[in-house]
This record gives sequence, structure tokens and C-alpha cells, in this order.
Amino acid sequence: MSFWEFVSDRWSRLLSESLLHVSAVVQCTILAAIVGVTVGIAVYRSPFGSAVATALTSAILTIPSFALLGLLIPVLGLGAPPTVAALVLYGLLPIVRNTIVGLAGVDGAVTDAARGIGMNRLGVLTRIELRLAWPAILAGMRVATQMLMGIAAIAAYARGPGLGVEIFAGLTRAGSANATNQAIAGTVGIVVLALILDGIFVLIGRYTTSRGLRGQ
Amino acid sequence: MASEIQLTEVTKRYGRRPPAVDNFSITIPAGQIVVFVGPSGCGKTTTMRMINRLIEPTSGLITIGGEDTSKLDPDQLRRKIGYAIQQAGLFPHMTVAQNVGVVPGLLGWDRGKVADRVEEMLDLVGLDPAEFRDRFPRQLSGGQQQRVGVARALAADPPVLLMDEPFGAVDPITRGNLQDELMRLQAELHKTIVFVTHDFDEAVKLGDRIAVLGDQSRILQYDTPEAVLANPADDTVAGFVGAGASLKQLTLRRVRDVQLSQAAVTVSTSDEPADIRRSLQEAGASFALMLDTRRRPVAWVHVREPRMRRPIRDMVSRESTLQDALEAILTDGGNAVVTGARGEYVGLVDIDTVMASVRELRENA
Ligand SMILES: Nc1ncnc2c1ncn2[C@@H]1O[C@H](COP(=O)(O)OP(=O)(O)O)[C@@H](O)[C@H]1O
Ligand SMILES: [Mg+2]
Repeated sequence: MSFWEFVSDRWSRLLSESLLHVSAVVQCTILAAIVGVTVGIAVYRSPFGSAVATALTSAILTIPSFALLGLLIPVLGLGAPPTVAALVLYGLLPIVRNTIVGLAGVDGAVTDAARGIGMNRLGVLTRIELRLAWPAILAGMRVATQMLMGIAAIAAYARGPGLGVEIFAGLTRAGSANATNQAIAGTVGIVVLALILDGIFVLIGRYTTSRGLRGQ
Repeated sequence: MASEIQLTEVTKRYGRRPPAVDNFSITIPAGQIVVFVGPSGCGKTTTMRMINRLIEPTSGLITIGGEDTSKLDPDQLRRKIGYAIQQAGLFPHMTVAQNVGVVPGLLGWDRGKVADRVEEMLDLVGLDPAEFRDRFPRQLSGGQQQRVGVARALAADPPVLLMDEPFGAVDPITRGNLQDELMRLQAELHKTIVFVTHDFDEAVKLGDRIAVLGDQSRILQYDTPEAVLANPADDTVAGFVGAGASLKQLTLRRVRDVQLSQAAVTVSTSDEPADIRRSLQEAGASFALMLDTRRRPVAWVHVREPRMRRPIRDMVSRESTLQDALEAILTDGGNAVVTGARGEYVGLVDIDTVMASVRELRENA
């Protein structure tokens, strides 16, 4: 069976795994963004806090994903919970770092003016600082998404959902019929989906960033 | 509508160092421009920011219109105090209209009223609303950004305006224009304005009264510009007034105070060079002032080369000082061109007029 015959033969299954894969990554990115932006807001005013938050989230990233999943399984069991936990943890670094960089990069004259004309702290944060940091935060989410697309494949090891299932099955059955096709189908699927998501991020960026901030 | 501002024995300390502002007392009369002028680091900004509580005083009392500011909610207080700063601090993600409408929005005005007010404010600071309303700050020049900054500060019609070196970051010619505009606005609005600068000429030009500050915001002299120039309180102030005090007195005289002369010949941008030459020869003059269709000065033209336009680089208004006029004369040679509110030609100031004023001021001093 050729590769294309294999793909069309298993099309509906590959499609549902793709959907699960993307949906897991997107949901985990959103969760990581909520946690990461909150952490960023909490620490960006303090250079020490910023350094600690960045160091901690980088440390997470140095743990091999295989090992992290392995360590989470005894605690959270198999399936979705360890997958979600691992993906959210890995997604934190780029989002926390970009949130801190984005917020700290807001021109002091702008926030001073905002306070000076009578905006309260929450107003300055939500109407000024986060709006100005948004392109950086979005770029962090974009990097996180790309990273998580690959890492999510490993989740199959913890019986997680997604295209990793195909890759793992293909690799464990190496040598038998269609094993290579199966592994390649999973891998190519992930690459294609990652490119599509990246394109979507470009569009989101275009529609949610003020024209006043673009082209600078 | 304006309010008197009073600071009584106000001190600000940062940590255990000597106070940044030490026991500062001043009364800023309602409806006047008071300029805090002094060297960098002397505490001008700190003093000013205590008025709207961006900095909380360590001790002392500050009242606006008799009301103790420490008893008010700081955010509410600031919405009633206009605030304009050096880099304008415009919100880059908002349009000009949104920037100007922020404070009325915070005060809960309805949309229609805010939109009307934005138009009115842009007009007031000399920006055509149709052209500028939907632009973003990055699409404006430095001078235009400052105008928007002033419009934003004035949008909710606050009785008090705080300005911290608002024209510090623009080129000298634009700065002169912005100063003139502020004088014009103030003649209309009569706000109580606290203006901070390290530029003594700017202080003399704008201030109804000047507070010359030394270290820790110590008041070295608080008086009218005329009095500070004529009788500096001590050597430090005299040093600050600097050399050429009689020349600086030119900043006390306005273009509107002197007799304007008129160009011998004015021509239009649509006139033929040959016609221009004929008019000049008939009048026996060598230069003609060229005006555009809206009577705005464009260039000087010489009788021998009527095709060549020499652009006018620096113009003055009736509110400009004679010092500005002198600068324009030195920049362009010959005469300073005076324009009205819409940029239309009104007359000329020549070097003899300026010299006569210098002589007169020296005799009176
Ligand atoms: N947040 C701060 N912490 C410590 N010292 C400060 C702070 N802000 C200002 N200062 C000090 O207070 C003094 C006055 O500063 P400032 O009011 O900004 O002066 P100016 O506006 O006249 O240049 C300076 O010596 C400055 O170093
Ligand atoms: Mg200052």
C-alpha cells in the first residue's frame, strides 16, 4: 500500500485524531496564556520577580517531555490529565517571558500620562499596558502553540489523544506492514496542522492589534 | 473658572537622603500661569507631581480652591486636573480622537458629547479635526503630538493645568509656536497653570509669575518676570538670568505691542514672474512677499530673479515675543513675517522696530 492509499484508507481516523490533537494544543495554550499572563502581571514590576519567573519556567522546559509525562502519570493517572498538565507547563515559558518583556517595555511616559489624567491602576493595566503588550503576548502564544504541537505527540505515551498515537503505533510495529506509513502520516499531519495554526495566529494578530502599533 | 492652589510647608523625602523638596510654600493665584524654573534635579517635577498626588508628600498641606487634596480620591482628583508632559505620553494604540476623549470618557460623558468636545478641542489647539481625528500618534510630528497632549489635558475643562516641560522635546521654532498657542489659549480660558521648565527664556515668556527654584525646591525668588529680570534676588538668580538681561527683556515685549510695517509689494503664487518684476520695479522695491490663495506667506521673491522663491523658514504671530521676531529676522534676513490665527499675513517686524524697543526697555529699567 502506498502512503497516499494508506492515508485515504485511514482518513476518518486521522481526521479525528488531528482534531483531538489541535483541540488539546489550543486549549492548553489558552490555559497556559491565562496562567502565564497572570504570572507576568504579578511579577513585571519587580526585576527580581521577573528573573525568578523566567528562570522557573525555563527550568520546566529543560525537563525532557518523556520524563515529565512519566513523572506525572503516577500522580494524575493516564489519559488527558497528565497531557494537559505537561502541555500547560511547557507552554508557560514563552508566554510568561513575552508578557514580562511586553509589559516592561511600555513607555514610562505613557503610563505616567495615564495615571496623571486619572485612570486607576486597573484601567492603566487593562486599557493601556496589556493593549500595548498584546503583540508580544500573542507572539509568545504563537511560539507556545508551535512547541506544543510537537510535544503533544509524546502524550500518546500517557495514552493521551492526538496524532502521537499513529506515530507511536508505527514506531512500535516497525518492520510490519504500513508501520512506516503510519509514523509518517502522524508526523506530516502534525507539521501541516502546525503551519495552519501559525497562519491563524498571523490573522488573529492582524485583527486584534491596533493600527497605531503596527508598522513601527 | 479657575482655582487657587496653595502649598504649605510641603516636604518630600525619599528614604533617608536629604529631602527632594524641603518645606515648600507657595500660593498660585487663580487664573494665572506660574512657572517653576530651575536647574535639572532641583525638584520641580517632584513639587508639581505632589499637586495631583502622583507623588504623595511626606508632610505638609496642599489645597486646590481651598480643598485639602489629601482628603480626595486621587483618581477623581486627577480627572479635574489637566496633565501634560514632555514626550506627550499619547496612547499609541488609540487614535487622536480617542486620546483626547479619554478623560471625558472616564467622567462618564455620553458618546455624542465626547465626540463634540473632541472636535472643539482639536480646533482649539489648531489641528483640523477632519484631517487628524482618526490618525494615530505615530503619524504625527512632535509638535502635533504636543498639541494633542494639550488638547487631552484640557478636554474635561479642568480648572487647573499641570505642565511638565511640555515643549522640551521639540525643535526651537515649533517650541516658539507652541508657546504662542498656549498664550492664546490662556487668554481665552484663564486656567490656573503650573508650568515646569529649565529654560529661563520660556519662563519669562509664559509666566505671569516665575518661581526660581534652587536645590530641594528652595524658592530663590517668586515674582513677575519683569521684576526677576530687573532685580534678581541674589547671585544665583542673577546667574540664571544670565548674560544679556536687556536682550532677554525682549521676551517681555510682544509683537502685538509694536507697530507693524507692511511689505512694499505682495504678490500671489499664481502671478507670472514677469508681472512680479513689473510690480516691483514700479514700486521701486527689491523684494516682494508672495502669498498663497489663502493669503498665507510662502516666500520672498527678488526683483532680479522673480522665478526664484526664497522660502520663509520662521514666522511669528501677534503673541510671539520680540525675541522670537529677532530670531526670525536673523534666520531669514530682512523682516520677520507676522501671521494671524489662520496663518494669514498681517504685517512685518523690521530690525529698527526691535532696536527701538531695546533702547526703550533699557531706559525704563
Ligand atoms: N522616585 C525617586 N526616588 C528617589 N529619588 C528621587 C525620585 N524621584 C526624584 N528623586 C530625586 O529628587 C530630586 C528632584 O528630582 P526632580 O523633581 O525630578 O527634579 P527636576 O524635575 O527639577 O529635574 C533629584 O535629586 C532626584 O534624584
Ligand atoms: Mg523634571
